[in-house]
Amino acid sequence: MSNNQLKPNLWVDKYSDYLFNFTIIKVNDSEIAKDLISETFLAGLKSKDNFKGEASERTWLTSILKRKIIDHYRKINSNKGKAEVRITYSDKESEGDWLEEQLSDPYDKNAEDLILNTELGIAIHNCLDNLNEKHALIFKMKTIDNFDTETICKEFDISPSNLWVIIHRARKTMIDCLNENWF
Amino acid sequence: MKCEDAGQVCDKSQYKEASFWEKLKLNVHLLYCNPCREYTQKNVKLSIVFKKSNLKIMSLHDKKDLKKQIHQEIAK
Repeated sequence: MSNNQLKPNLWVDKYSDYLFNFTIIKVNDSEIAKDLISETFLAGLKSKDNFKGEASERTWLTSILKRKIIDHYRKINSNKGKAEVRITYSDKESEGDWLEEQLSDPYDKNAEDLILNTELGIAIHNCLDNLNEKHALIFKMKTIDNFDTETICKEFDISPSNLWVIIHRARKTMIDCLNENWF
Repeated sequence: MKCEDAGQVCDKSQYKEASFWEKLKLNVHLLYCNPCREYTQKNVKLSIVFKKSNLKIMSLHDKKDLKKQIHQEIAK
């Protein structure tokens, strides 16, 4: 038996940023990412009776999203006849080296960076769960999207000093949470 | 400067919103206050970690759209 229950009214506030980040790494297009997440939430609502509560809500939604991303890849792949591959050589002499140049070190480094970023992203999202939803949203807008103080204060109808108190508490919580593995 | 104010100036400076005088006062405070110095070091590291993570978030406008879609679907 499990205590996990679905609360669709809170999905956007609680999971949209996590799912957005998860998707954007894979599809690299914010419009497509938004569409896939929208499809995920709607599919989640339709199949909510299948949720057994064994996994967390976030894990369950992520597994639906993974299937949506695979469907998206399949759709792109079915159009591959239209794709055009260009290989450019910088000069005649290095022609034979292009594969190694393109695929060896830079590729591995990108792959490593991607894995590190993904792990760090997950760690940050897990730590953000320690904040209440409104505070997490304000902290993310300020820290990730770099919104100015005035815009956030207007949006949430708070004073600048309230904002800085929220930011201070959020930063302390995030420091405590990330301190062990990421500092 | 009190520790509470030092913490706030340190936070503001992570977002480049602390004035020159605030930063000066903070630096003087840090000369003799160990706990604030420790907080400042960790606070700077937190900013670096966020920068390194290259995280993206969904815009408020898109979130509002999604909420609307979900509410409409629930109401069906």
